[in-house]
Amino acid sequence: MLTADRVIALALIGLSGYFMLHASALPIGWHGESGGPGGGAFPFWLSAIMALCAGGILIRSFWQDETFVPFFDPETIRAVISVTAALFLTIGLIPYAGAYVAIVLFLLWYLKVFGGHGWVLTGALTVGTPLFLFFFFEVALKILLPKGWTEPLFLPLYAIFF
Amino acid sequence: MEILSLLSDGFAASLSPFNLMIVLIGVTAGLFIGAMPGLGSVNGVAIVLPLTFVVPPSTAIILLAAIYYGAMYGGAVSSVLLGIPGASTAVATTFDGRPMAQQGKAGLALIAAAVASFVGGTISVVLFALFAVPLADLALAFGPAEEFALVLLAFTTFVGLGGDDILKTIIMICLGLVLSTVGLDLISGQPRLIFGDLPGFYSGISFLVLAIGVYGVGEVLHTIESSKSAPLVTPAKLTFRELGAGLREMNRLWKTMSFGSFLGFFVGMLPAAGATPASLMAYGLAKTTSKSPETFGKGNIEGVAAPETANNAASTGSLLPMLTLGIPGSPTTALLLGGMVMWGLMPGPMLFIEQPDFVWGLISSLYTANFAAVAINLALIPLFVWALRMPFTVLCALVLVLCIVGGFAPSQKLHDVWLIAGFGVAGYLLRKASYPLAPLVLALVLGPLMESSFRQTLIAEQGNVLAFFERPLSATFMGFAILFFLLPHLKRVRWRARKSGVAPAE
Amino acid sequence: MIHSMTRRAFAAAGAAALAASVGLAPAQAEDWAPNKPIEMVIMAGQGGGADRLARLFQSIIQKQNLAAMPVLPVNKGGGSGAEALRYMSDNAGESHKIMATLNSYYTTPLRTDIGVDIEEFTPIARMALDTFVLWVNADSEIQTLDDWVAAVRAAGGEWKMGGTGTGQEDSLVTAMLEDTFGIEITYVPFKGGGDVAKNLVGGHIDSTVNNPSEQMGFYQAGKSRPIVAFTPDRLAAFPDTPTATELGHEIVYWMQRSFVGPKDMPAEAVAYYTAMFEALSQSEEWQTYTQEKALMADFLTGDDLQAYFLEERAKHAQILELMGEGSS
Repeated sequence: MLTADRVIALALIGLSGYFMLHASALPIGWHGESGGPGGGAFPFWLSAIMALCAGGILIRSFWQDETFVPFFDPETIRAVISVTAALFLTIGLIPYAGAYVAIVLFLLWYLKVFGGHGWVLTGALTVGTPLFLFFFFEVALKILLPKGWTEPLFLPLYAIFF
Repeated sequence: MEILSLLSDGFAASLSPFNLMIVLIGVTAGLFIGAMPGLGSVNGVAIVLPLTFVVPPSTAIILLAAIYYGAMYGGAVSSVLLGIPGASTAVATTFDGRPMAQQGKAGLALIAAAVASFVGGTISVVLFALFAVPLADLALAFGPAEEFALVLLAFTTFVGLGGDDILKTIIMICLGLVLSTVGLDLISGQPRLIFGDLPGFYSGISFLVLAIGVYGVGEVLHTIESSKSAPLVTPAKLTFRELGAGLREMNRLWKTMSFGSFLGFFVGMLPAAGATPASLMAYGLAKTTSKSPETFGKGNIEGVAAPETANNAASTGSLLPMLTLGIPGSPTTALLLGGMVMWGLMPGPMLFIEQPDFVWGLISSLYTANFAAVAINLALIPLFVWALRMPFTVLCALVLVLCIVGGFAPSQKLHDVWLIAGFGVAGYLLRKASYPLAPLVLALVLGPLMESSFRQTLIAEQGNVLAFFERPLSATFMGFAILFFLLPHLKRVRWRARKSGVAPAE
Repeated sequence: MIHSMTRRAFAAAGAAALAASVGLAPAQAEDWAPNKPIEMVIMAGQGGGADRLARLFQSIIQKQNLAAMPVLPVNKGGGSGAEALRYMSDNAGESHKIMATLNSYYTTPLRTDIGVDIEEFTPIARMALDTFVLWVNADSEIQTLDDWVAAVRAAGGEWKMGGTGTGQEDSLVTAMLEDTFGIEITYVPFKGGGDVAKNLVGGHIDSTVNNPSEQMGFYQAGKSRPIVAFTPDRLAAFPDTPTATELGHEIVYWMQRSFVGPKDMPAEAVAYYTAMFEALSQSEEWQTYTQEKALMADFLTGDDLQAYFLEERAKHAQILELMGEGSS
């Protein structure tokens, strides 16, 4: 637990430094251009405060006793990692295979493989969800979802519904 | 008396069978749009607006009012059921609505939200009808200095309330404020913090992206981890007896709700502020004035009622500057303004004089829509509650899909979906390390307004920081802000002083 | 049905796409019409003047049934329109994306290097030129341009001019005023034109350079006063307000409202949209709107429009130079 606390504090300090680096591209002082702080002042000094506080947490952690509660539960962390990986893969697939293919694959994996549900439920949801998305978002709200390679298949549908 | 006859004409129009049907359709559509994470009244209004040029104007107004109210009610549904605020106005509703759902009281929370929204809507429409014209001048008196003081007040009603680790709270506030500066520096017009010229960051990080990330994806990951021991939410059953008990419980909350309505209406009326600060302030106020503030955030029904009255009242209030000054306070009112221009109406100080039939027709439509919205919402609650009884592996999968699609829909950028996934993982880790997430989201919502109003004031006042205390309105708000910031500390000091007589301080 | 289609598509997505596009090509060459919804990218955020105008166009197109497919407005206002410009340049050859532009079409690429050359985009149609007028609060003593200049001088640099942001149109006019009269102004940026107008009427700033449409409501209520118009001729809506040219100061500034397509947009598509906007410009709704809002409906297309864009870009480069703003 303490190790995780320290790692996160260090990561936050790193993040603050990164923000400060980018923020200093604009004036960070008072009276930057015309009265008041410059454009980079807010992000720069707020990041600085963030770094200081994270430093405080880091230093404080050396005074604390190790609690021996592991940060990650080894039993469940695998589930969390696999869902995260599936989520990132799905988003990565969207620009190429389109939202409809990516989401159907994601649901298939999640319900059948990860959730261990039967084919009836899996089938119903993998068919129902894209249908709902198409009619709710595209037909009703006129918000187009990315299609990628599947775009030509949707042209006849557009001709019918728009 | 002329007003009364105009108003009754408006009611007669809005109660015709055809218009009643329009109201029902509009409210139901709005309810579902609002309940979808990522979508809000702005999407509903944007879709319907071009349609309104085909139907008669009185029907168009009613349809728009119905969608607007429906979406406001719907926002609470996603906050309570999924813990994802559908719009920034519904953030405060998650604080207690979510814990209530986890305790199996989702039905009660939804009833509270619906009734509170109704009360907020009703009181605010009455205020609107009575005082719209004189209040417009008050909105004009609000300059950048007053805006800053007000946002600061909204902020301080929150900060210092939490019992969380103070260092971690400060970090989260700063992080939220820094993230809110990403994009364009309004004052100099220069891009800033765009991380190596990534075009996706040009428009900044939207509140929805962060909220869907940490509350949607982050929550699902957290649930997957803890699912071995505890289910996502306790399955809620809703019987008629509970419904009656819920309504009776709401009876106790009159003070909170009427306070929330007035606060919401007045804050929502100010052009730049709107419904988000209003709902946060109402929550903060309910907590500070409560006899048992420690129960807030753990499923206190008052914590649902207060922000819900305020945000509905504020959404009526925000119509006021749009109609009387021609200034839209929110993207939704901006669209409505565009629609009015298309109908050949000129929003502004002359509207109430030149087009009274439109104004009073709108007000009576708002009443009708509000009644329809509470009825339909109460009728649908069993359906919403039933949705929670799905096995969590199904619910989580669907929530993730909604996060992806709902994150894409508002901006239509895949960049935002990646950010949601990133924020989700980060939020999950931060939450495990007991960093509070609410201050992060709040800071991102209020940050842009806070920075720009602060700097506008200083530019206009040649860098005089005391300007905030020299103007009567802003000085009053600043005073309250300082009071609210100190109040919890004073309470704690007093509590400690009393306790130290008995036992040594911790 | 969609389910099975998308599954199949995944198996042979590439082949299907190829086959479908080949199959559609001849139809396109004949008489082109959009076969999917048209994305109208707006270079500004929701609620601003540019956004409202673009949505007005969308409504008229839908009402008059001017397009075969719906037109869907998408706001990409980030970075003063840099986001929209980058998006269009990433979608070269696309025939279902058009962009509603304003003057940030020139100024944004001039001020920061975003790797976009507007010369590459396909000009479609210029719908209107919006005008600018100098406004003061109706309670103020100022009646003429000379009064205004005297008041600004007397304020000694503390005169507060509201606007929509450094580098935006009104800030350029402000810079021209400063240059012409040798005066110094404190420029206070706000989020949008409506916000600026409200702050003027509320007495938080001393003067503004607003489009007439943004001040019209207050003007009609007698709360704000036009001082001078930055147009060659007097505006029909304000017959008593002189132009700067008339008073002997060469300050003329327009805001253009045009549509462009991405680089290499197919000629048939350009012809389709040009015809669509031409029909739009003749619609009754648009005629009424331009009259009410003191907009100059000045329709221009094709090469003439491109020549206009390049000329305007050169002019803006000069003004930005004047402000000490040019980046390259």
